[in-house]
Amino acid sequence: MKNEIEKLKTLFERDIKKVKTMNELNDLRINYLGKKSKIQEFSTMMRDLSVEEKKECGRLMNEFKTYVEVEITNLRKELEAKELEEKLSNEKIDVTLPSTKINVGSVHPITKMINEVEDIFISMGYDVVEGPEVERDLYNFEMLNLPKGHPARDTQDSFYITEDTLLRTQTSPVQVRTMLANIEKTPIRIICPGKTYRKDNDDATHSHEFHQIEGLVVDENISMADLKGTLEVFAKKIFGEKREIRFRPSHFPFTEPSIEVDVSCFNCNGKGCNICKGTGWIEILGAGMVHPNVLNMCGYDSNKFTGFAFGIGPERMAMLKYGINDIRNFYINDKRFLEEFDKVEKVSYESK
Amino acid sequence: MRVSNSWLKELVDIDVDAKDIADAMLHVGNEYESINELCPATDLVIGRVVSKRPHPDSDHLNVCEVDLGDKIYQIVCGAPNVEANQKVIVSKVGAKLPAGEIKQTVIRGVESNGMICSLAELGLESKYVKEEDKKGIHVLPEDAPVGIDAKEYLGLNDTYVDYELTANRSDLLSMIGMAYEVGAIYDKKVNLPNNTVTEISDKTSDYIEIENKTNNCKAYMSRIVRNVEIKESPEIIKSRLMSCGIRPINNVVDISNYVMLEYGQPLHFFDFDKIGDKVIIRQAENGEEITTLDGVDRILKDTDIVICDEDKPIALAGVMGGLDSEVTMDTKNILIESAIFNPYNIRYTSKEILRSEASVRFEKGVDPKRTKEALDRAAYLLNKYAGGEVLSGIVGFNDKDTDDKEIEISAKKINDVLGMEVSTNEIRNIFSRLGFTCKEKDNVFDVFVPSRRLDISIKEDLIEEVGRMHGYDNMKGKLPILPIRMGRHLPKNKYIKDIKNRLYSLGLNEVITYSLVNKEEIELFKDKPFEYIKVSSPLTEDRSIMRYSIIPSLLKVADYNISRNIKDLCIFETSKIYYIEEDYKEVNKLAILMTGNYIDNTWNSRIVIDFYTIKGVLENLFDYLGVLKRYKLSVENIPKSYHPGMSASILIDGNVIGYIGKPHPSVSNKDIYVCELNLDKLFDIQIKSIKYKEVPKYPSVVKDMAFVLSNDISVGDVVSTIYKKGGRVVSNVDVFDVFNNFEKDKKSVAFKITFQDIEKTLTEEEVLKSFETIIDNVEKGFNAKLRNK
Repeated sequence: MKNEIEKLKTLFERDIKKVKTMNELNDLRINYLGKKSKIQEFSTMMRDLSVEEKKECGRLMNEFKTYVEVEITNLRKELEAKELEEKLSNEKIDVTLPSTKINVGSVHPITKMINEVEDIFISMGYDVVEGPEVERDLYNFEMLNLPKGHPARDTQDSFYITEDTLLRTQTSPVQVRTMLANIEKTPIRIICPGKTYRKDNDDATHSHEFHQIEGLVVDENISMADLKGTLEVFAKKIFGEKREIRFRPSHFPFTEPSIEVDVSCFNCNGKGCNICKGTGWIEILGAGMVHPNVLNMCGYDSNKFTGFAFGIGPERMAMLKYGINDIRNFYINDKRFLEEFDKVEKVSYESK
Repeated sequence: MRVSNSWLKELVDIDVDAKDIADAMLHVGNEYESINELCPATDLVIGRVVSKRPHPDSDHLNVCEVDLGDKIYQIVCGAPNVEANQKVIVSKVGAKLPAGEIKQTVIRGVESNGMICSLAELGLESKYVKEEDKKGIHVLPEDAPVGIDAKEYLGLNDTYVDYELTANRSDLLSMIGMAYEVGAIYDKKVNLPNNTVTEISDKTSDYIEIENKTNNCKAYMSRIVRNVEIKESPEIIKSRLMSCGIRPINNVVDISNYVMLEYGQPLHFFDFDKIGDKVIIRQAENGEEITTLDGVDRILKDTDIVICDEDKPIALAGVMGGLDSEVTMDTKNILIESAIFNPYNIRYTSKEILRSEASVRFEKGVDPKRTKEALDRAAYLLNKYAGGEVLSGIVGFNDKDTDDKEIEISAKKINDVLGMEVSTNEIRNIFSRLGFTCKEKDNVFDVFVPSRRLDISIKEDLIEEVGRMHGYDNMKGKLPILPIRMGRHLPKNKYIKDIKNRLYSLGLNEVITYSLVNKEEIELFKDKPFEYIKVSSPLTEDRSIMRYSIIPSLLKVADYNISRNIKDLCIFETSKIYYIEEDYKEVNKLAILMTGNYIDNTWNSRIVIDFYTIKGVLENLFDYLGVLKRYKLSVENIPKSYHPGMSASILIDGNVIGYIGKPHPSVSNKDIYVCELNLDKLFDIQIKSIKYKEVPKYPSVVKDMAFVLSNDISVGDVVSTIYKKGGRVVSNVDVFDVFNNFEKDKKSVAFKITFQDIEKTLTEEEVLKSFETIIDNVEKGFNAKLRNK
């Protein structure tokens, strides 16, 4: 019996060397461990042996079975690994072929600019409000200290609908509407973005439709220095922490004093370049202290209240910031143009 | 306003160059466009042509010996009018002319050391160069001193600054006004011009009478100057006029312009012999006619003011004189008009006829004090430069208040508004520099503003004066001290922003297009009759009507991109639209346009946009907005601009809120899909707030079934029936196969139904019961037949 098992083992060692596939391995397993295998026959034959011999043969048979199991398992792993390798080598793809183009949406650059400005002013406690584009002459001009026949109405040549209705030429009528709706309730802190219309022929720098963002603060003791500080925050946030602003005296009928605001050139840092036309400064917006006539007409006693107002042009901001040279691009909406601006812009702050 | 620097320096004692003055002016609010040399040429000297001989090798060139004071130079000259003994302008070797630098050269074998110049070659603006000056060299008077700077001699050594003034500063439309402003910056006194008139004994009032018949003329003053001699103006007047942008004509016309530039008071000179002995100022009659001095016959309106004699209009007040009374080379006697007209009338008239240097000043307002001063100055100059005799006295009137305006303001108010700390002394100093007299007691100022500063009438105007003169650069910015609060958006605007964010994430590009459209576009995508808003005088008919639908604008964007080979396009726009319904109506709308491939891999796979793609975008948005289960598409009442078979109206809770589908082929023949929603209606729909619902823990059962249905049955209705009749155990229904014309006029549709109970594992019987009920109801309700049974 012992010799039989030895013989069987030799046979097995011979057979397993011939196995090349999983199927052959399965057959081998059935041959050596299955119900009809030699080793099973031996178990039946063991009945005739003595207790001593039974014990000895049982041990040898178990040893043989364990040996076969381990050998088959090892070979199975080996074969599986080989099979997988073969499979993977057939699954190779060309990673340099072009990718699938996934349509990515984009924020229009004007909206992007407006969003940035809204975020700045919301963080300073301003509400974002709105007003109609079809506006009354009363709010667009008259109550902004531009009575009928005022020469400044000519420079804002307007699209009139009727004698007293027009497409608003500025977002400033929202100042009037806000004050009228609040009558001496203070403080007022608003910005108002929106579309405006002027009778200009479209060219690289003019558009008959464009956007404005109006700002208004009214309270007791609001000063021009408050305006300057506020616009400094705005300019730094939009054009970079290193920017400074300067006020230049100017004239608008609805503010007194009136100023134009320049930002130090972000291209040359004030040294003078072609963007700032060598001056080191770029004009970005108009602003001023709300004219007492406007305050009084809107129900705020100008002896008690003061306020400041400013008007930002998002197209102009975007043109300056990104170097866009033709305002018409914003309204043509070439897809390639639209997708240029919706990208991350990292900010950095100077440590304090 | 163009300002001659040499003239300015005569009026105010400063020795600063033009650029520095211009920059200082910029800081106090007076922007400039450019700084220019009146005559850009350099190194010009006066020379005398000693001799001239023909060039040996040319039939038009001459070889000249020219004395330039230091020595005699040989110069080759091509001008036809060069002669010996002429005094001429010579640019020496090294001189820079607009055409280039003058070099020592050899011209056809003859050495030439410089150039004899014509005026045209000096770089003067061409409007100042007469025709004869373009043809030959400029010959100077015989007494011109040889060897001196020719520019200096001609008065062309001047720099001018072109200012772009703000509308309120009419006082700066005069050299005297500029002098006051510059004087205030540099703290220097202004030297007013001489206007002391020497009169003859004849009285003006014996020869002319003035009658005013309109409220729109507040001042009208006249003098008569007799026996003037018309000739060329002296160089100083000519060069200053040129610096300020006005072409010299003759001494008389030049004087009227010169005084206007000096004082800001426009004057008009009549040929006194061509008018009667009475001047009447009145409103024109509608339809009245006058021939203005440009030779044009004008038909007047009653808003125009006319100056008339007894018979006829002789001038259109403030804008242009009449041809019949014009000053000509033969004029001997002059009637000077110095007047103030209502700016509004002048503006209306000049808008129709001509915006002139005079009308601009009248429109913005002139200093009432200068009406007489300018009149006297003109008389003085006509006497000095045209030999005229000035009759004694002035006729006319001045009803304008010429007193200083008194304004009281405290130092505290000034500093409160500016947010600065300007000392009382500094404030006093600023007012004094500006030429405002003021009294101060306990830090309260009583300021007297001269009549020339028409822009100043209230406290805030004075605050601005202090601010700009003290300098805003000295202002330290701070933030307003206000209660801390959170700023916010209007709820609807926040909602629209959220919608936009969803659409970006779905791969749509936001566009912004014009709201003004044309007559054809306004008729498209109309879902009801309405009255549109038309601009009364549009720039072009293409931009004349406020749009009602955004889709026509998006179709244009699509055309633009597609024609540039950008064929995959998913865009949207949100915009307010306007129309008339009793009053002006404003509606927030959203429009989406999709065409081409939604997802594309050119060598591999793609999703081609069709109706179901844009429907998917819509449903994704509706899911986000919490209205997905409440929405329905209906093929009823689709507007004409949509394809009748490939479009639908969108309903939520049974109310139409928009449309989706393919544009009608007559609107667009491209494979484009669009959708338009009324965002106001969408915003008004009440929705539940988000509440957590447990994810099902128990297994679900999926079963398929296919029906043969008549072609005209809407699959959506079958899906609804499956949900409704299957009971609460039906958690999802998918359509996984549609086979059109499976049989004659019939289609086969396969459904995959998920059964799920959130509380327990479903039993086979429960599923079967629901399954059978569905089959039963679909078969009966739609006259359908279950397949494979």
